[in-house]
Amino acid sequence: MVTSVTNFSRSGLSDWIAQRVSAVVLLAYSLFIFISLLTGPELSYAAWSELFSHTAVRLFSLLAIFALCVHAWIGMWTIATDYLTASHLGASATAIRFGFLIGCALLVVIYLLWGIQIFWGS
Amino acid sequence: MLVSIYRYNPETDLKPVMVDIEVDVPADRDLMVLDVLNLAKEKDTTIAYRRSCREGVCGSDGMNINGTNGLACITPLSSVVNPGKKLVLRPLPGLPVVRDLVVDMSIFYKQFEKVKPFLINEEPAPGIERLQSPEDRAKLDGLYECILCACCTTSCPSFWWNPDKFIGPAGLLQAYRFLADSRDTAASERLAGLEDPFSVFRCRGIMNCVAVCPKGLNPTRAIGHIRSMLIEQSV
Repeated sequence: MVTSVTNFSRSGLSDWIAQRVSAVVLLAYSLFIFISLLTGPELSYAAWSELFSHTAVRLFSLLAIFALCVHAWIGMWTIATDYLTASHLGASATAIRFGFLIGCALLVVIYLLWGIQIFWGS
Repeated sequence: MLVSIYRYNPETDLKPVMVDIEVDVPADRDLMVLDVLNLAKEKDTTIAYRRSCREGVCGSDGMNINGTNGLACITPLSSVVNPGKKLVLRPLPGLPVVRDLVVDMSIFYKQFEKVKPFLINEEPAPGIERLQSPEDRAKLDGLYECILCACCTTSCPSFWWNPDKFIGPAGLLQAYRFLADSRDTAASERLAGLEDPFSVFRCRGIMNCVAVCPKGLNPTRAIGHIRSMLIEQSV
């Protein structure tokens, strides 16, 4: 069976659960932001930074960024191993897929670090 | 009526072509697609296809009929073609073509083999037989009826993209058939072999398999049960 592959956790089951749990977190966060925008005061810099001054909101945001990174990585890995394969691209498929996945990994890491800096930086 | 048939001989032809054949079908009754194909073969005896029981039991004549996989022998013409329209027959998608409508099913059988489609029980066999309660036997309904025609597996994009790694709906239906069997004692070994990112988890639940199964089976539900068993085993 296939196990030596560069997916997220090396287990199809863990990946599958991680993708579903992260999807729920992202839905909850999207709803939270949406409802905050609808019910909160008129949108201004002061109101926006007041919302994100609460530790709970910042933790929730951090959780959402983690969820997004996990979700995106598993999804992009799945897409790459479906469509960037030898049957579609021929002999160069492995190189193309690795290039694509390294690009995705870089974006995910940058997004994660940037998000942490925005919410938790000075 | 006009029947358009996929013709390809990999040994002599550069590319497959669709060939139209005019077939006289009786106007007063409905025919099965296989009957029409037999009539077409009377006009051109070089058309190659598999068929055997002609009643949906052997699973030989799985093919792509006007875009949908099905068994030609139990697919009524009226259910796939509107009056005056063409009947289009192609081989099952995603498998190498041997000749015309005949495909090489080796990789399909290889995936079937992977799930160990036989009862595993290390306990000593009782004198008469391994008994099963009617309730336990009922759990196998909707699973054991599969005839391995490959209509479901070859309609599944996940199988098209990873035929060597994703077991496919037919194989997974059989995997669950033995996981659900009260007489089988190898559930945890079976599950361990299915836990990787491809074998089961390439299924995205699009249910093409359910839509085309000529026996009305539901591989997507079986795959869901396998996932539940994998979760239960890991917690």
